[in-house]
Amino acid sequence: MIHSLFLVNSSGDIFLEKHWKSVVSRSVCDYFFEAQERATEPENVPPVIPTPHHYLISVLRHRIYFVAVIQSEVPPLFVIEFLHRVVDTFQDYFGVCTEAAIKDNVVVVYELLEEMLDNGFPLATESNILKELIKPPTILRTMVNTITGSTNVGEQLPTGQLSVVPWRRTGVKYTNNEAYFDVVEEIDVIIDKSGSTITAEIQGVIDACVKLTGMPDLTLSFMNPRLLDDVSFHPCVRFKRWEAERILSFIPPDGNFRLLSYHVSSQNGYPVGYRSLVAIPVYVKHNITFREGSSQGRFDLTLGPKQTMGKGVEAVLVSSQLPRGVLNANLSASQGTYTFDPVTKMLTWDVGKINPQKLPSLKGSMSLQAGASKPDENPSINIQFKIQQMAISGLKVNRLDMYGEKYKPFKGIKYMTKAGKFQVRT
Amino acid sequence: MSASSAFSDEKGGSSSVGEPEYGHDPASGGIFSSDYKRHDDLKEMLDSNKDSLKLEAMKRIVAMIARGKNTSDLFPAVVKNVACKNIEVKKLVYVYLVRYAEEQQDLALLSISTFQRGLKDPNQLIRASALRVLSSIRVTIIVPIMMLAIKEAASDMSPYVRKTAAHAIPKLYSLDPEQKDQLIEVIEKLLADKTTLVAGSVVMAFEEVCPERIDLIHKNYRKLCNLLVDVEEWGQVVIINMLTRYARTQFLNPNLNECLLEEGGESTFYGSDADQDEDEDEDKKDEALSKRKPYVMDPDHRLLLRNTKPLLQSRNAAVVMAVAQLYFHLAPKAEVGVIAKALVRLLRSHSEVQYVVLQNVATMTIKRRGMFEPYLKSFYIRSTDPTQIKVLKLEVLTNLASETNISTILREFQTYIKSMDKDFVAATIQAIGRCATHIGEVRDTCLNGLVQLLSNRDELVVAESVVVIKKLLQMQPEKHSDIIKHMAKLTDNIQVPMARASILWLIGEYCEHVPKIAPDVLRKMAKTFTNEEDIVKLQIINLAAKLYLTNSKQTKLLTQYVLNLAKYDQNYDIRDRARFIRQLIVPTDKCGALSKYAKKLILALKPAPILESPFKDRDHFQLGSLSHLLNTKAGGYQELPDWPQDAPDPSVRNVEVPEWTKCSSREKRKEKKVEKPFYSDSEGESGPTESADSGNSTFYSDSASSSASGSEQSGSGSEESEESEERSDSDEEEEEEEEEAKKRKTQKKEPIEATISPSGSLKSYELLHRITGEGLWVEYCFSRQPFLPDPHMVAVQIQFTNSAATEAKSLRLEEAKLQSGMRVKEFPEIEVLPAGESATVVMGVDFCDSTQAANLQLCTHSRKFFVSIQPPVGELMTPSFMTENEFKKEQGQLMGMNEITEKMQLPERCQNEHAIVQRVIAAANLSRVPCGSDKEFAGRTVTSGSLVLVTVATKESGPSQLTINCEKMVIGTMLVKDILLALTQ
Repeated sequence: MIHSLFLVNSSGDIFLEKHWKSVVSRSVCDYFFEAQERATEPENVPPVIPTPHHYLISVLRHRIYFVAVIQSEVPPLFVIEFLHRVVDTFQDYFGVCTEAAIKDNVVVVYELLEEMLDNGFPLATESNILKELIKPPTILRTMVNTITGSTNVGEQLPTGQLSVVPWRRTGVKYTNNEAYFDVVEEIDVIIDKSGSTITAEIQGVIDACVKLTGMPDLTLSFMNPRLLDDVSFHPCVRFKRWEAERILSFIPPDGNFRLLSYHVSSQNGYPVGYRSLVAIPVYVKHNITFREGSSQGRFDLTLGPKQTMGKGVEAVLVSSQLPRGVLNANLSASQGTYTFDPVTKMLTWDVGKINPQKLPSLKGSMSLQAGASKPDENPSINIQFKIQQMAISGLKVNRLDMYGEKYKPFKGIKYMTKAGKFQVRT
Repeated sequence: MSASSAFSDEKGGSSSVGEPEYGHDPASGGIFSSDYKRHDDLKEMLDSNKDSLKLEAMKRIVAMIARGKNTSDLFPAVVKNVACKNIEVKKLVYVYLVRYAEEQQDLALLSISTFQRGLKDPNQLIRASALRVLSSIRVTIIVPIMMLAIKEAASDMSPYVRKTAAHAIPKLYSLDPEQKDQLIEVIEKLLADKTTLVAGSVVMAFEEVCPERIDLIHKNYRKLCNLLVDVEEWGQVVIINMLTRYARTQFLNPNLNECLLEEGGESTFYGSDADQDEDEDEDKKDEALSKRKPYVMDPDHRLLLRNTKPLLQSRNAAVVMAVAQLYFHLAPKAEVGVIAKALVRLLRSHSEVQYVVLQNVATMTIKRRGMFEPYLKSFYIRSTDPTQIKVLKLEVLTNLASETNISTILREFQTYIKSMDKDFVAATIQAIGRCATHIGEVRDTCLNGLVQLLSNRDELVVAESVVVIKKLLQMQPEKHSDIIKHMAKLTDNIQVPMARASILWLIGEYCEHVPKIAPDVLRKMAKTFTNEEDIVKLQIINLAAKLYLTNSKQTKLLTQYVLNLAKYDQNYDIRDRARFIRQLIVPTDKCGALSKYAKKLILALKPAPILESPFKDRDHFQLGSLSHLLNTKAGGYQELPDWPQDAPDPSVRNVEVPEWTKCSSREKRKEKKVEKPFYSDSEGESGPTESADSGNSTFYSDSASSSASGSEQSGSGSEESEESEERSDSDEEEEEEEEEAKKRKTQKKEPIEATISPSGSLKSYELLHRITGEGLWVEYCFSRQPFLPDPHMVAVQIQFTNSAATEAKSLRLEEAKLQSGMRVKEFPEIEVLPAGESATVVMGVDFCDSTQAANLQLCTHSRKFFVSIQPPVGELMTPSFMTENEFKKEQGQLMGMNEITEKMQLPERCQNEHAIVQRVIAAANLSRVPCGSDKEFAGRTVTSGSLVLVTVATKESGPSQLTINCEKMVIGTMLVKDILLALTQ
């Protein structure tokens, strides 16, 4: 299916190639470079590019293009999903997935790619199995290896591939048994000029870090499982049990993994006018105007918290792409700092924490190109923020139980709400 | 395949030669300038006898390969290390070998014997890896060796090796397509495999080698459907895509009736034949409807839909997409809606995923608009989306536009027009145009909006608006002469050729509506003619021609002038056009015939253009496929066949099942199907299976349906014919309801049917006392029935009695802490046990031939109890039937340490033969050897199947003698005690 893989960095150099079938010349990437030139932005390179003899399917992550070469019909999502899985694996192994990290660990990368695909068909993509086959490099291990000449490749044969729970390593042992769950919700909103919500959705995930000895069987139940009607699971979750009892029952993989992700939206299935399920935790008052004939524009922005259930809104960052005609911005922030990049016309304001008593504001004027007419477009404002200890959808974990093992694990659950694509149109 | 590989082969070769070599790779270190000496240090390191040096060398070589450097000259030095002890060196050598074997075929052969040895290794993982590398070496000479290895591996004990064999099939096929027939045989064999590990890989091989052999799937269809949930995600994608194609050839179109209904009534978004006579259509439809029998969905079709649905919840976008396309292509219209939610969820994923999903959604929205309407807002565009995503979302929004939501959509479009991304603005204007053509009510609103855009400062926006307005005006030109006038003025400002051309065309076409302005425009254009772009020039000629015909008095000279200019243009199209027009419109002596019709030719009424989605009709490609995305057939694409007119014989999918699994009625049969992965492993009718597999697929299959263990037992001895009759009639919905009801009923009833008590009374033991159990009283006994789901388990019959005042709910067992090796097959959960009633269930326990108790947790809805089941030694065996001669022979082999003899004095009442037999059989689950001179009993232990032989020799006078021959001495000694006790008390 997947013939070859080329890794291309942002300056257009191929810095790694791997072939699973006959070698495909790297000149095939010229078609990719052509498409790259045509696209104005890096993310506008089409993910699928047909060439006379091959098809190129690429993903862009961490400013590296992963270009897969295929020769015949294959579902494009199959390849895309796999490439993303490769990136995730690299990230898992090296902490970061940069060109430098890949070059430093080129042998491990090669060994991983060798195990992940056989003749172009995915073979072992579970990180637990891979880690059994090839140990992730750590500073200590690298040092020991250079001195003793021992290897990264696991001595034992990977039994995980044969097991009934392929996602879990066998023979896991910890002195401290712990299971942590992070409920992280991202809220995607579009708010229009007048301040009314156009769309609001919550994209939630439960990420787990489970370090438990043996073969624990966990169940996780929620106070309000009804919220979760659009869910996708890690393969370890027993689907039937969820269907019947709305309880998550699973034998967890070892280490970090995403247990489930869910989607709560304000519109689906509810009649018009029904109170939205999605609470918007901040509001924005804005007044951005340009006057005809004047070379000045006014900029006025105030942020405030709402519906946060008493939790503080932190790490607030406001950014806005100002119109091309804006030369400079002369603003004053009541708190935090702002920067304006005159080349990209990007205005960013690092607000920090919102104090409900004294709302942060950014006011001032923008100078426009002399003689240029008033810009047609109004900039939209993107906001990032974090709210700790709260899941904005109201999702609450009821309890976590463990079966199958005798010891008592340490359990912890954390909630967090973040802004996803939070956009205010002006 | 072979041709293409040859192609890339050649390219690969040329690249490695043509690639310039720089001296900065770690191996050369910049010291060795000459090419010959370049890799000498690496060769030395590889030849050394230190593993660490070898490893270092291999690492450098692999790093060079990764960067695309040619290291083929090291081949001999590397291949020598193929048998190296160090596992990492070995792996890296494999990497190298697979990369260069094709170029160095002869040398590569040196390594083959190592792999051949590996194929015989007792360790399954080594066998698998040897096969993997062997099959990856693309050397034609070893094709026979590969073929042999694949064939052998296909019947390997280990499912992992079989999986590797499946992977090797496409490799061999691409190397030598002549082997196809032999490979198909292997595929057929592997398709019958019942493990989830193999299923995905073999279907992938099937798709690559022989996708046309759909007949191979028949027998495996149900099994594949049932295994699907447990197959790894990549396999799921391949299987689902293949099954979609399969279903299209085997089942009837579930939407056939609705299609007919639809045709006449509401015309679809792009409904073309609106002019058809309504009545006639209606009649036809009725006729067609009455001719058709009511549609009944094939149960196998239903099975596929039901078993794929949970996969919409997969974390893997490719799986979700595969299920979505399956539903789109196969499901009845009413059920397709479920996929919308899942697809919308994918829109939060990486932008590449969004790109592909949106393309597919765009196609779907044309056919089934209603499905995505509730999710309209999920397609709203953010300023941060990449342009290609924005354009696709716009496409979807446009497809979703209807009378009811158009105002919301237009309001949304208005904000988009202000965007800074001009390509996107242009696309939005196109989209507005499309909405306006399809929804008559908003046409004027849209037109006004677009006209306003004409005064926009951005030229691109204006140009795009002009093009769209031109198309809209063509629909009702007479109403909008003021707009045409307005546009005529724009020619002074707009420079975009396409827009200028559009304006000129409009003025020419409707010059009667603007009789005064048109000649003036032509005058201006004639002035600038030489500087215009080609498309504009062509339109100037057209305008001139049209004006000449309608208003020759004013424009005759201008036209002549333009045509003269065009005559000497650089572009031959324009010269041609000028010549043609001149002959046509300017009457001369020679060609009078045509010029009579000039007016008719040039000023003919032109139909308004239909603005169509580029995604129209894309659904003839299988959704989610590469071909669909590119809208051209990609190599190796398998057409999605049309539904058959009449359903092919459904019985081809019937699989012969062993006697004891046959079930009596339809709903049990269904249940059985759901449960297939569970016992398909243990029945072992064909294909290699291992006992280790048996747990595999069930592990994560549902707990609710494990009730099948009961249904299997009860169903034995019934007929198959009945069920097929029942299947075909009755409505689908009714069927499902009925099924549900029966399921509920059977869940309560079955266990009782299932436990046919054996002759003689059974001794029951208490599992849970009614006081500790708070009213729940549980007893167990050993039913001495073979436990069918797993012959290595002892059947334990459990009776629940609820003596409490309230009902007990969800009674089930959980394995608390079992001794190593012990296994338990739980009984199906009892949902409700009303107060005062009792229920009996059967479960299986593998005690591993030991009398240690199985410790379990008995759970109710509110509490958990720790309970244990302690088997008497006599229950650890099953009767074994043998003749006396066999008995003697076996006994002869179990002498010495394996024989235990005990003397005893039988009491009075125990003297006769009947009493002895009864007591022995009560104490141990053995069978008497018929016609034996002594009282001989035989059995085998349940887990290991070791023989247990018991002889009771009675003498007229003196003590009797009890002899037990058993391989397992512990069992023997314990059994002696038990039987002694039974006989003497």
